[in-house]
Amino acid sequence: MKRRYKLWLTLAVLAAFHGVILCAGFFSPYSYSTQDRALPYAPPSRIHFVDRQGRVHLRPFVYGLKDDPKNYGSYVEDFQQVCRLRLFVAGSPYKLAGILRGSAHLFGADAPARVFLLGSDGYGRDQFSRLLYGGQISLVAGWIAAGFSILFGGIIGSLAGFYGGWLDDVLMRGGELFLALPWLYLLFAVRAALPLQVAQWQVFLLLIVVIGLIGWARPARLIRGIVLSAKERNFVTAARAFGASDTYLLRKHILPQAYGVMLTQMTLLVPQYILAEVTLTFLGLGVSEPMASWGSLLSSLQQYYVLASYWWMFLPALLLIPVFLCYYAAADALQERVKSVAL
Amino acid sequence: MKFLVRRFVHAILLLVGISILSFALLQWAPGGFFDSMRLDPRVSVQTVNGMRTEYGLDQPFMVRYARWIGSVLEGDMGFSLAYGTSVGPLLWTRAKNTLLLAISGTLLAWLMAVPIGIWSASRKGTWSDKVCGIATSTLLTIPDLLLALMLLLIAVRTGWFPTGGMISVGAAHSGFWSSAWDVARHLILPAFGLALVTLPVLVRHVRSAMIDALESPFIQAARGHGVPHSRLLFRYALPAASNPLISLLGFSIATMLSASVIIEVVLSWPGLGPLMVQAILARDAYVVIGVVMLSSVFLVMGNLASDILLFVSDPRIRVE
Repeated sequence: MKRRYKLWLTLAVLAAFHGVILCAGFFSPYSYSTQDRALPYAPPSRIHFVDRQGRVHLRPFVYGLKDDPKNYGSYVEDFQQVCRLRLFVAGSPYKLAGILRGSAHLFGADAPARVFLLGSDGYGRDQFSRLLYGGQISLVAGWIAAGFSILFGGIIGSLAGFYGGWLDDVLMRGGELFLALPWLYLLFAVRAALPLQVAQWQVFLLLIVVIGLIGWARPARLIRGIVLSAKERNFVTAARAFGASDTYLLRKHILPQAYGVMLTQMTLLVPQYILAEVTLTFLGLGVSEPMASWGSLLSSLQQYYVLASYWWMFLPALLLIPVFLCYYAAADALQERVKSVAL
Repeated sequence: MKFLVRRFVHAILLLVGISILSFALLQWAPGGFFDSMRLDPRVSVQTVNGMRTEYGLDQPFMVRYARWIGSVLEGDMGFSLAYGTSVGPLLWTRAKNTLLLAISGTLLAWLMAVPIGIWSASRKGTWSDKVCGIATSTLLTIPDLLLALMLLLIAVRTGWFPTGGMISVGAAHSGFWSSAWDVARHLILPAFGLALVTLPVLVRHVRSAMIDALESPFIQAARGHGVPHSRLLFRYALPAASNPLISLLGFSIATMLSASVIIEVVLSWPGLGPLMVQAILARDAYVVIGVVMLSSVFLVMGNLASDILLFVSDPRIRVE
């Protein structure tokens, strides 16, 4: 009973999280590229309920920011401007999941102030909005790359397991080659083979394909093992005796036994590939400005002064930990489930 | 002996495979080192083509590969177009730093992991074991990039550790001991980061190997004979648990190599990682291949070393 809850709980958290990221346009107060050149590196906004006169407001508000006269490069709150926070405000237009048009945002502050939940970056762009929009890129990269790996690994693994013989030897030795290389070096070597100056969406797609193709070896091994044991089962032999073709056998009788492992592998691979995208972009080999991804949010931390003086730039990085924790917990619970079904 | 020979041949074949793979990938690469020159109106097409011919870039794949193998055997490992020297010496200076970092990281990780794992296995099921389990699984979910950034943040905020590079300005000429101390001070942070990346995996394996050993009948017999607990733990259970741990040593080297790239770049340790990133951005193909090859050699050597250790420590393998 408890284990069942664990699986559903982690899946629910993950689903909610993905929903928020998918609807980034609605949940973020600004667009990922909206700049405010007057407010570079603004700290996270303080949300008040009580103003300077001691009056209590029912509706939370923020103060506008002005330059600190004593301390160059930092800000103080301008107590003249009381800017209320409102729900469902109209703002910059966006598309949800690339289809639904809208311009309503979940929350926003009255002009002229801006609400920066996680501060702003060097161009005065809202870090919170960029975090949500960046999540779209990183999560999509993770999912598609994991899909590629499973697909490619599934094909190779089932071929190797089903036909055996020299094909099995060649494919699995090739897989060992890919497993033996430290994956980051391999990723670099493949990335080096791609053009550096190409259009942004092409870079993104190439990156995903590269990341996905590299990881085929591990799922291929696992699926090969399952196919090997599955093809010896009696009902498979029976189906073969009835004259079933190889593709029919694989599709109807053998691969369905591998679905559980594929799903578990997928949940394990997605966070790995998110991290791969983050690492590549962090090193300047991935998606580039003004697009936001979790990697590009972190890459500003490479500058010493950012790390030294603007601590809130580190906040987006901390989001990775709960996301990964959820994925790993889900994979764990799935694995237990798959095992108990198989037995 | 047959076991070792087979492992050795396997390792050599693996290296050849990796070299062909990385060479082929860079051969197909659209764009090359001279592409930026082509865009420069001051450089004529003939000059660029002439340079390509001079460096042999217009030759077919097999010719280039054969030439490269020849140059590897001479210790040159190809020619770096960006640095204008042969790749070999360039790699060696960086590889020494990476090795220093990886070895100290590995030592640190095992020195921490073995006692923690044994301690946690010997108190299996108690709350301290559970706390240890939660701590390792939390550490496991923190990506290495984040870990490196956190360490950098700590260093920058507290000022306890020097950040960036390997030696301080002027420390190179201050005598052997003081410069060694200076390097050690710079080494602390990256080595610690590297150790933290592999620590959770190691602790888990040490713990489960020890639990397996502790639950085996011969330990129970020894316990029945009244052998003291500490002697039971270190003299009886630990050697029995060491077999999977030695195999793990080879695996941990692979993790170290991948993690060290990120840690070197973030904490600016002058190892192979930063060289690799620069070489990719400059499209300096032979340096990229060189770094990939060298790290594979380290990896294969690590695996071989753990095979040999296994051969020495486990009589069952020698009998086969």
